[in-house]
Amino acid sequence: MTQMKNSFRTMPDENGHFGDYGGRYVAETLMPLVLDLEREYRAAQADPAFKAQFDDLLEHYVGRPSPLYFAERLTEALGGAQVWFKRDELNHTGAHKINNCIGQILLAMRMGKTRIIAETGAGQHGVATATVCARFGLPCVIYMGATDVARQAPNVFRMKLLGAEVVPVTSGAATLKDAMNEGLRDWVANVHDTFYIIGTAAGPHPYPELVRDFQSVIGKEARAQMLSRTGRLPDVLVAAIGGGSNALGLFHPFLDDPDVKMLGVEAAGYGLDGDQHAASLLGGFPGVLHGNKTYLLQDEDGQITEGHSISAGLDYPGIGPEHAWLKDMGRVEYTAVTDDEALDAFQLLCRTEGIIPALEPSHAIAAVAKIAKTMPDDAIILANLCGRGDKDIFTVAEKLGVEM
Amino acid sequence: MTRISSAFSTPALVCFITAGDGDTAANLDALVEGGADVIELGMPFTDPMADGPAIQEANLRSLAKGTTTADIFAMAAAFRARHPNTPLVLMGYANPMVRRGPQWFADQCEAAGVDGVICVDIPPEEDAALGPALRAKGISPIRLATPTTDAKRLPKVLEGSGGFLYYVSVAGITGKQQAAQTSIEDAVAKLKAATDLPVAVGFGVRTPEQAAAIAKVADGVVVGSALVELVAQHGAAAPAALRKFTSALAQAVHNARQG
Ligand SMILES: Cc1ncc(COP(=O)(O)O)c(C=O)c1O
Repeated sequence: MTQMKNSFRTMPDENGHFGDYGGRYVAETLMPLVLDLEREYRAAQADPAFKAQFDDLLEHYVGRPSPLYFAERLTEALGGAQVWFKRDELNHTGAHKINNCIGQILLAMRMGKTRIIAETGAGQHGVATATVCARFGLPCVIYMGATDVARQAPNVFRMKLLGAEVVPVTSGAATLKDAMNEGLRDWVANVHDTFYIIGTAAGPHPYPELVRDFQSVIGKEARAQMLSRTGRLPDVLVAAIGGGSNALGLFHPFLDDPDVKMLGVEAAGYGLDGDQHAASLLGGFPGVLHGNKTYLLQDEDGQITEGHSISAGLDYPGIGPEHAWLKDMGRVEYTAVTDDEALDAFQLLCRTEGIIPALEPSHAIAAVAKIAKTMPDDAIILANLCGRGDKDIFTVAEKLGVEM
Repeated sequence: MTRISSAFSTPALVCFITAGDGDTAANLDALVEGGADVIELGMPFTDPMADGPAIQEANLRSLAKGTTTADIFAMAAAFRARHPNTPLVLMGYANPMVRRGPQWFADQCEAAGVDGVICVDIPPEEDAALGPALRAKGISPIRLATPTTDAKRLPKVLEGSGGFLYYVSVAGITGKQQAAQTSIEDAVAKLKAATDLPVAVGFGVRTPEQAAAIAKVADGVVVGSALVELVAQHGAAAPAALRKFTSALAQAVHNARQG
């Protein structure tokens, strides 16, 4: 086999760097542990039994493969390129997050860890983590910003039903990044028995790599499904970006297909011209937070600023380091979509396709709506429908001025 | 002899407070008057991941008052002018340190008379992010060793480090639990066998008694949260409270090996 000269799929390097980004910026207490995790992950990658168990759980527990769906009425409504969706909102627990949680809990058990912790913003990753902990009988502590606990009551109750302890975090701004800080504080104090299931393709190496690998099931399936359904690859891939895991999951298997363009969609909140957005790539600067070097929302002294998005799953002030690298390399294009545009796209999908999307992929759909009409009708756009909208109906109702 | 190595020629008391929390100049003077041998000045950060509630809150109080990086270097430079011989170490997190580039940060440290830098989230593996720039200016990158740093890893931690070795005696965040004296003694003995750098022990030290016990075996004792709590409690009257408490700690540390 000839090695592709300019492969985009060989990152990170042996130190966990994606070019200038990524790395292992953690306290010394955690260093031996992240080195252990890397060793264990390499062993798992080489172990057919690990892959077999992962695949089996994805098929029979999560419900994979998820369908590849041609959105005929949406395509008609937009007028232009064909719009296809990867239906990861049909997964057990309603989002792509579970793919990663299955992989990580299997790793945790390989390492002999007996206690699981995680951070969550909207609660989707928290629910997915609580779910796999219930499935494997491990105690589970979920850190969630107190502000988010109040905003996302249904998911808090779900986690509790699943047996997780939900700890409201009141430090800092009491949102997702503070929940992550608190998760790291717990981990430092409990390294001997605790595994931290990080919810996106960020954090110290090897997390960005392993989360991407577990999520890559999305793109691998989609690539094969697209080839078998249409005999060709899509022209453009589109995915929403919070930390970047669903986007990388879709993009990564296509990175060395030179004719496939990719568009990552950040949350523009109230608009990129102010500071009420969550677009780390388009509105931030490189820096170091939560174990990795990447683009961050920050001020001129390097203090982290709070993002805003209508979608609680997107308002994180950082982004996975592989996206930072892909942006600098020019392989993936990044754009941003406002709260209002996402809200319109949310309603458009409800009415044209009978699918209630989560607010996160609604950002991707809004970007699709913008580009579809600029493309010919034989072009194919494939977007990641990475979550369902049941969790968001209260937010949407409030925005639309409807009392429930 | 550098300012840092002279300070450790007998057991040293290392005192931490957060820059911009209270009247920093007056508080620092009180620490020196009380008998602190080395000053650690904390650079506030929005996301102090390795800190417990006391220092987290100090960070937030300081930032809420609008403390900037420029302010911190001004405090450092003024301290250096008032106290030419007391070593001053900046302690904090990577992002504020590298925001304008490692070179810029090292230049500022040099200009302000800073002797060393402790960066919590730059382990030896990521040394390139800051270490070379500091060493080029003669500023010591001070590394942390922890209960999870085993014998195999220790050489990696020591490589390129300077000033003193900071032994974090508990696997955890600042200000919480304290480690058992025997485990500290074991750890310090192992560290001292591996390096000529002075070894200072911190995390969870709150009383003169604890400080005295540690100073029997280690070259230095670091006290942080207990001082930061005094700043929080006493507000404008903090210098007097700090002076009193520091002098009790200093006596304990300085006399630990007598009798
Ligand atoms: C449905 C859904 N999509 C996307 C995200 C954002 O995360 P990521 O960018 O890692 O896919 C979240 C996070 O909570 C989510 O719940």
